[in-house]
Amino acid sequence: MIFSYYPGCTLKNKAQDLDRYARASAEKLGVTLQELENWQCCGGAFSMGKDEIASKLASVRALNAAKEQGQDLVTLCSACHNVLKQANDAMANDAEFSDHANNYMQLDQPYRGETKVIHYLELLRDVVGFENVKKAVVNPLKGRKIAAYYGCLLLRPGKVMQMDNPENPRIMEDFIRAIGAEPVLWANRNECCGGYAVMEDKKIAQKKSTAVMENAADMQADTLVTACPLCLYNLTKNASGEHRLPVVYFTELLAEALGVKD
Amino acid sequence: MSKFDKEQILRTSGVNVLKCMRCGKCSATCPSYDEMEYHPHQFVYMVEKGEIDKLMNSPSIYKCLSCFACVERCPRGVEPAKVVEAVRLQVIRKQGANHMTPDDIPALLDDDLPQQAIVTAMRKYSK
Repeated sequence: MIFSYYPGCTLKNKAQDLDRYARASAEKLGVTLQELENWQCCGGAFSMGKDEIASKLASVRALNAAKEQGQDLVTLCSACHNVLKQANDAMANDAEFSDHANNYMQLDQPYRGETKVIHYLELLRDVVGFENVKKAVVNPLKGRKIAAYYGCLLLRPGKVMQMDNPENPRIMEDFIRAIGAEPVLWANRNECCGGYAVMEDKKIAQKKSTAVMENAADMQADTLVTACPLCLYNLTKNASGEHRLPVVYFTELLAEALGVKD
Repeated sequence: MSKFDKEQILRTSGVNVLKCMRCGKCSATCPSYDEMEYHPHQFVYMVEKGEIDKLMNSPSIYKCLSCFACVERCPRGVEPAKVVEAVRLQVIRKQGANHMTPDDIPALLDDDLPQQAIVTAMRKYSK
């Protein structure tokens, strides 16, 4: 099974663990991730302005590159996934935007959203299958109580992301079960950590991250998992209070369970 | 100015503000509610009424986290975040009106700050 892979800027820098544990685990599961050549940063956020064209072209280039490879495109960072998925939706369904973008791109064949974009979690659920992940586990994380933190970007807007029920998801909980741990159910799992506002007004990030952390601790989790470098940063650096749980990338736990964590 | 701004905001956002039934769910679910002078439902209402200048001059336009909670939970599919984004774009697209510039970044760095935070903030706060 070969897929195109879009790592994104942060996975080459501050979030290298998210990337390398994903690659090692994919290999163990028989999946080949081929990094797209010369990919460019998605910009971190999908501009909601319908007349914002240039800021979305990096995503369109990546999407078209996967189309030319004839492969589905796997993403891992929650932000990249959100941006690529929304850009793809706009290319498929917003004719005016799509025409503008194609005018810039000057491709041999216009791009109209043909590439299928899947998140690494969807790769595990829909391609490998959580049952097969479970079979490949050599080091089940028994006794661990893990809080799945979806944040905002993986699930919303639900009609575009289509990963799971945006208000009552289970994909990360099913993943946690597959690696032998116990998922904790908690209220704040799909509420925002404060995101990029940490650059503009740190107290928003402090307040929101603390609320997330306190709720996970109240529900007796021992660890929080995320797919988002910015969530990890805010929860690690900006959450305060008595109970500060460790926050790790879900791929690190996967690699640990599969016995490929170095 | 205000009439032109309103038309541009409606065009940029693609939102039909007349669909709003004023239930306030968007503001009730907004994680930045406490930090905002004008809340998501007020953005929708005030754009409809043409009270654009107040919105454009308010720091509230920089408090939206683009978390899509209001978009997801609006029972009428109004998508208030797109209105907030369009008002902010209407401000920062003007000459010299970037809210954040590359010169602001070094002071905000620490050893763990992910690149994602920087590129997203630049995308949201500057043109």
